[in-house]
Amino acid sequence: MAESHDRPPQPFTLRVRRYDPESGDAPYWDEHTIELEPHRSVLEAILQARDRFDGSIGIRCSCRQAICGSCGVRVNGEPALACHTHLDAARRSARDGVIEIEPMGNMPVIKDLIVDMDAVHWKKIRRVTPWLIAKQPVPEREYLVPRESMVDVTQTMACIQCGACVSDCLAMEVDPLFVGPAALAKAYRFVGDPRDDQHFERLNDLAQDPHGMFDCTHCFKCVDACPKDVNPMGQIMRLRRIATADHHIVDHNNGERHEAAFASLIRDNGLLWEAELLPRSYGGNSWFGKLHPRAGKELLSSLPSIVKALLRRKVTPMGALKPHRIPKQDLASVRSIYDRIEGRDRSSGQRFELNLYVVGEDEEPPAPDAGVVAGVVAEVSTGESPAEPERPASEDCDTPPDPISPEGSSST
Amino acid sequence: MPAHDVLIIGAGLAGQRAALAAAQKGASVAVMSKVHPVRSHSVAAAGGINAAISVDDDWHSHAYDTVKGSDFLGDQDAIEIMCSEAPAEVMELEHMGVTFHRNDKGEMDLRAFGGASMKRTAYVADITGQAMLHVLYEQLMKHHETVELLEEWFTTSLLIDDAGRCCGVIARDVRSGRMEAFKAKNVILACGGAGQVYKPTTNGLIVTGDGIAMAYRAGAPLMDMEMVQYHPTCLVETGILITEGARGEGAHLLNAAGERFMEKSAPNKMELASRDVVSRAEQIEIDEGRGVGPNGSGIYLDVTVVPRKRTLEALREIVNLGRDFAGVDITREPIMIRPGQHYIMGGVKTDVDGRTAIEGLYAAGEVACVSVHGGNRLGANSLLDTLIFGRRSGEHAAQRAAHMGMPDMDPGARLRADAEEIDAIIARPRDGRRVSEIKSELGELMNRYAAVFRDETGLQTALETVRRLKEESARAWIDDRGTVFNQDVLGAIELGYMVDCAEAIVIGAIERKESRGAQFRTDYPERNDEDWLKHIDITLNGDGAGGVGGPQISYSPVTITQWQPEERKY
Repeated sequence: MAESHDRPPQPFTLRVRRYDPESGDAPYWDEHTIELEPHRSVLEAILQARDRFDGSIGIRCSCRQAICGSCGVRVNGEPALACHTHLDAARRSARDGVIEIEPMGNMPVIKDLIVDMDAVHWKKIRRVTPWLIAKQPVPEREYLVPRESMVDVTQTMACIQCGACVSDCLAMEVDPLFVGPAALAKAYRFVGDPRDDQHFERLNDLAQDPHGMFDCTHCFKCVDACPKDVNPMGQIMRLRRIATADHHIVDHNNGERHEAAFASLIRDNGLLWEAELLPRSYGGNSWFGKLHPRAGKELLSSLPSIVKALLRRKVTPMGALKPHRIPKQDLASVRSIYDRIEGRDRSSGQRFELNLYVVGEDEEPPAPDAGVVAGVVAEVSTGESPAEPERPASEDCDTPPDPISPEGSSST
Repeated sequence: MPAHDVLIIGAGLAGQRAALAAAQKGASVAVMSKVHPVRSHSVAAAGGINAAISVDDDWHSHAYDTVKGSDFLGDQDAIEIMCSEAPAEVMELEHMGVTFHRNDKGEMDLRAFGGASMKRTAYVADITGQAMLHVLYEQLMKHHETVELLEEWFTTSLLIDDAGRCCGVIARDVRSGRMEAFKAKNVILACGGAGQVYKPTTNGLIVTGDGIAMAYRAGAPLMDMEMVQYHPTCLVETGILITEGARGEGAHLLNAAGERFMEKSAPNKMELASRDVVSRAEQIEIDEGRGVGPNGSGIYLDVTVVPRKRTLEALREIVNLGRDFAGVDITREPIMIRPGQHYIMGGVKTDVDGRTAIEGLYAAGEVACVSVHGGNRLGANSLLDTLIFGRRSGEHAAQRAAHMGMPDMDPGARLRADAEEIDAIIARPRDGRRVSEIKSELGELMNRYAAVFRDETGLQTALETVRRLKEESARAWIDDRGTVFNQDVLGAIELGYMVDCAEAIVIGAIERKESRGAQFRTDYPERNDEDWLKHIDITLNGDGAGGVGGPQISYSPVTITQWQPEERKY
């Protein structure tokens, strides 16, 4: 890619979403054609348009290197930092060759590409008690903490508060009160920090909150959107696991039991059995529990969705009511994964985490039999090779993440 | 009208640290910033923060390294304060929650940095500034009842009463366009340097010399403005910074012949000599035809000699920068860099408590010149500077506020004048030049004539041109006629700040007829302690119109406590 320096400037057309709150007019589109080298950023293109043609284009920006977090926008409908998106890539993802730039979503627009982050993003950050509540007594020198724990929380510390994950959070679209990916990642920054004294209180608070950690629907939008590999959804999953497995928090939202129901259904059948999910979420794995009154209530409220799903033939009545099971030998493989993970030595205090943040890759491509950790990963990720060292350190998450790090024991 | 004991302009590390310190002393505090605090340019500081926290280290060693790095232009009393207070300050930040990298014993790990005689730099991967800035902002959120945050307020001028005391500011709410006067017993300028005066620069678009120019216009002297640091490792095309931490971890600098050319100018410290030395050595290689890349305009920074695992863990951000902004995997191949404007050692002259010559006006961080950096700042000393002198300014201002009443100045006239000025900019006819054109010409001019190597002819050309640009900027026109988020009109005001800073830089560079630290005059290539071991102060005396007044030059002595000037070798 070093040849990128030799590529001459070429024309790019931008279609910028404009909104002037003082005009009384509705938002409109504005087009500008600029000339830049294809590896330059969308921000540089916007700035060129602003400098040359129209100084009134509103966008927050400063550092031009993806560290200040000012220039969160949507490029061709996807949330991104303008300074972190190459023009050639943006043109490739454009519908008609014109790069579309809009303000971020889920937040009110103030002017052009400028949104009111305080009203949404920062309000949610403030919701999670976003400061260290230090363990007492405070030592004279630094707190002595495991090296890995600091590297681990530095992943969430790397969040630049750009709002890209908030912009397209699907759960937040449905429930605007959802604490959301950025703020929950921020919460993990304290829950994962061994110097913090309120791990249980923080986790309990966010587990019991009906708009808290169990509101996330695992859509991966925030993981894709994040320009800094903070992996907000991953942090939310870690909050859940620490809340349930380490602190045994059973929440009013039934999040903990719902998750357990998923796990036990897969263990039993290898596939999800929708009809059993709800009863098991409320009553656990017993016939008596299935008659839990709240399960009935939930079922009633879900009836419209069930009817819709049936009408659209997403499920058949038989298919929903009958457990679907995978072939016997496959089921045995699934169970062996469970056995391996559940049977591991817990006394070490280690939990294997899918962590996209690189905490030190091996110097050389690991041999096929590269140790227990990689072995477990390989099994979980359908037996693909454990690591692809040629791949850049951080990329889209839909390839199996290779750097799996043993999480340091959070010493609570 | 809002009134505070301590009003801080700028919400980077110095400003936030000052706010916390003042609030802890019981003062009523407000922090005003033209951007949200976490967007402040402190966020881009990568490599780390120096402090003699290791048991083998001694703050005297840190102080000596800093004095030597400054080419003996730093004031040694101030340097002693900064270095001796550093360990406690860094520990305090750790206790607030900064996630400093640990060694295997769980203690804070330290990395090597340029010009330091031992490993002394605490770090958070290569996002140290970001981690510290965000943690301080966490603290401001925690103390929201005692510290008022005025986010996205643009300061247009300082309020000075008839007795010459600073008693507040005039500012514009960026979001609504509303102008307001803010009274304060004390104002602390903490709004950073003036990197945008240069093009390219490692500094963000917001770093436009606002504080330096406002203090200058109000009559405060600026000191050592000619001392402009070029960082040795910036991406060739965009000027984006590659942290010194890379060389701290062992990376090499190579010329076109593949030679580690630092052998010639710094046989002992090699790539870890101080920044002025390394930047000059690189520029010589480039100028003499041994550069790499299309026009021979670059140098190779070879990070591949650092173990890959270590690079991915401790230099993660520049792995990303290399990939995203230069298309290079730095763990696999060398990356092309060159010196680029990075920091201004000069600024508003202050004492060790941040006090300027104007009563009630303080300055801390890059906007100020205490001077702890003298002719050249050591890497990882700027974060330290912001914290130590931010805190000291905040504390001092809070104490001063406790013994005085709120100034009873009427800001009405100034408020109206500033509002009219903004209206006038918006209404300017389109017969001059665009703000963006002038800004671009200014940046390229400075980067050509007031860069690593300077001489009389070039500097005179620069001065002449800067003065023309100053006149043009007074007539420069803009597009945006609105009030909500009119960034265009703020850009015109910022251009005014920038030309003032540029003029002072060039005047200082012309005046200093020697080579010291970042100032290298090809026509005066030697350091001359006899004539020039002194600070150059520039004060605005009148507005310079009609041939009277304008910038006046004076000198002040360098404070020497225990280290006499000696030849500087790395």
